Amino acid sequence: MNPATHIPWIASYLWLIPLLPFAAAGVSALLPQRCRKTSAGLAIGVIVVSTLLSFCALAESILHGLEPHAGRTWSAMQTHEVWHSLIEFTWFNYGTTSLKLGFVLDPLTAAMATMVSLVSALIFIYSLGYMSRDKNFTRFFTFLSLFAGAMLGLVVTNNLLLFFICWELVGLASYLLIGFWYHRPSAAAAAKKAFIVTKIGDTGFFAGLLWLYHATGTLQFYTPDHTGALEQVTALAGLPGIMGLSLAGTIALLIFCGAVGKSGQWPLHVWLPDAMEGPTPVSALIHAATMVAAGVFLVARTYPLFQASPQVLTLVAWIGAFTAIMAATIAVAQNDIKRILAYSTVSQLGYMVMGLGVGGMAAAMFHLLMHGFFKALLFLGAGSVIHGCHNEQDIFKMGGVKKHMPITFWTYFVGTLALAGIFPLAGFWSKDEVLTAAFRWGGGLHKGPFVLGCLGVFLTAFYMWRQVCLVFLGEYRGGKARAGHKHVGQEEAETHHETAPGVPHESPAVMTVPLIILAVFSAFMGFSGLPEHANFIHHFLNPEHAPHVVNWFVIGTASALAFAGLGAGHLLYGVKPLAPDEPDPLKAKLGKLRDFLRDKWYCDELYEATVVRFVRIAAVVVDLGDRLLDGVTVGLGLLARGVSFFNFKFDEQAINCGFDGGCGSVRVIGRCFAALQDGRVQSYLRLVAVTAAILAFWFFLK
Amino acid sequence: MTTLAHFQLLASMLFAVGLFGAVTRRNAIVVLLSIEIMFNAANLSLVAFWRYGPHPEQLSGVVFAIFGITIAAAEAAVGLALVIVIYRYYKSIEVDKMRSLKG
Repeated sequence: MNPATHIPWIASYLWLIPLLPFAAAGVSALLPQRCRKTSAGLAIGVIVVSTLLSFCALAESILHGLEPHAGRTWSAMQTHEVWHSLIEFTWFNYGTTSLKLGFVLDPLTAAMATMVSLVSALIFIYSLGYMSRDKNFTRFFTFLSLFAGAMLGLVVTNNLLLFFICWELVGLASYLLIGFWYHRPSAAAAAKKAFIVTKIGDTGFFAGLLWLYHATGTLQFYTPDHTGALEQVTALAGLPGIMGLSLAGTIALLIFCGAVGKSGQWPLHVWLPDAMEGPTPVSALIHAATMVAAGVFLVARTYPLFQASPQVLTLVAWIGAFTAIMAATIAVAQNDIKRILAYSTVSQLGYMVMGLGVGGMAAAMFHLLMHGFFKALLFLGAGSVIHGCHNEQDIFKMGGVKKHMPITFWTYFVGTLALAGIFPLAGFWSKDEVLTAAFRWGGGLHKGPFVLGCLGVFLTAFYMWRQVCLVFLGEYRGGKARAGHKHVGQEEAETHHETAPGVPHESPAVMTVPLIILAVFSAFMGFSGLPEHANFIHHFLNPEHAPHVVNWFVIGTASALAFAGLGAGHLLYGVKPLAPDEPDPLKAKLGKLRDFLRDKWYCDELYEATVVRFVRIAAVVVDLGDRLLDGVTVGLGLLARGVSFFNFKFDEQAINCGFDGGCGSVRVIGRCFAALQDGRVQSYLRLVAVTAAILAFWFFLK
Repeated sequence: MTTLAHFQLLASMLFAVGLFGAVTRRNAIVVLLSIEIMFNAANLSLVAFWRYGPHPEQLSGVVFAIFGITIAAAEAAVGLALVIVIYRYYKSIEVDKMRSLKG
């Protein structure tokens, strides 16, 4: 077989992976509300099929990776490009050009699709238990399917336009799901915030998309004849763009705006913690598999554009590093179990973006994949805790949950260690990869992201251990104190389990089994990215770069800092368990700084004072202008009404009166003559006689 | 001495009587009789004009009158037939009751 035309069978069926969840969403949207089992079964069945297909795709691309020549095109062999297999089709023609869409199977797609569909499938199953009391169960699974379908769509597509469409669908689905309990004002506001803040980034993305199309004439990433948008980067890098950047750099910067919005990077990170208003499985889905991963994936997908512009990469690295450290510091001072995890996600996304910025694309993607597993685990575990503690979310009102929920505790423990980066769990390997890439980035100021990242490692371990201590260790601080107490962040009463109040209870198997599976993945998936020559993930995702050498300095520093973080957390919270209503010991240690951190660096307030106020003022100005314009419009309308009234009167009085009068008199005369013709023969004869007599008189008298 | 004027006066009176009858009577047969009277008044007038006219030897007036009588006979037959049909249709021969002769 000619290797250039060889297409693995799975590539031809790649479109099924996103289409199946879409179809499930469409079907269950039409189902009546009472078809709970049908809807959930459909959603889960379909996502499982998608997962199996993704595994097939993964297996196919691993096989191609193992035999370096099979299936590679000639030019790919020449330049050691990443292997990819393309399916192209024409959407529609306009004029002489046609809009082509397509799907691509390459290691990036395969790995991402596998992670997304697997994590989604586990979250779907978990939702069965978590949402079992919700009366909008059917709607929930419809939206979940839409969410997963959109995400898988943007993973498999080979076209920036289709990518953008799926990207916006992801945004829509997240809006619908964050605002799932829309009757709660805070949920509705959070949904709107998520939608609007990400839209700010999307505007940049769209501008970049248009510019890319203008510059290259295509939006395909890769084409069989190597004229795809990403294959023309060398030409783009030579053209001038804005602000002294090359055209490639400009477009990369615009596309990065979209990633900043979607992946919750500073300064557009503010929506992500508020997205906690959605049901917990949605938070898990947003934070692990779908929404936020999309931004990082976008940068990874269009990475050639970024590589062409070192300035943009530097910006990306610094934004990532700053976000990582900022979100980690905020997470330290939060009390809501889901909010801590949300800021942790923002922080970890910062690591990924930093990894992309310092040139470690494979490292960032590795961290994204690993993070997907352990963050989904942590969120689902948090959901299980919330579920067990009767919808309590404040970690200061928990404690001692380990006794009551052993499975949740042990899985959560694995997730915590994985996130903290403790050997040998997944987070250790992936974070180490990112930090190594940052360390090798350069000297002097370029060591900055590495230093910030290391600080972040310490903080991550600290806040995670703080959470574990407060939630699982010590004595239960809820119970009586909670009687008659309504917490703002409380989950919906519809998901509430009716058991004896005050005692936490373990969640049902449908919720714990996904936790166990995710814990296993979080524990062992890291071995796919062992450093040294066996670094499979690196070879797999980015064969262009030489594999990393083990950097014992980085590993040592990161591990030491992680252990230091755990230790500090244990000293502060673990040694002496907190009594109920005892204040956070951190308050004494940090003082005013803690308030600053608890209030999230006053980002929301800053935006409220600047952007929102500006928008309000602009709204007032525009409103005034509108009113002015409105006055003119109303005046013109009145004038037109006056003229038409005059016309109406003229018509009525002058024109109609003549015709109407004429018609009326004709009618009257007709009625008179009609009276003469009464049908009696004798009256006709009489008329004739009288007429004859008159004629005779007239004749004789003349 | 009987002059043309006397005959014409008689004919006029006959015509007037016939007209009066035709206009006022309600019985269709009487109306027919009145119409016959008007016919005969006209015939009388024709014959009188012939007798006192410039060519009494040419018989033209008599022929005219005889044609008129013939036509009147035919007309009477048709008229009576109509009266019978009308009677069958309306169950009456009252002329007032027939009012369908209008647009």
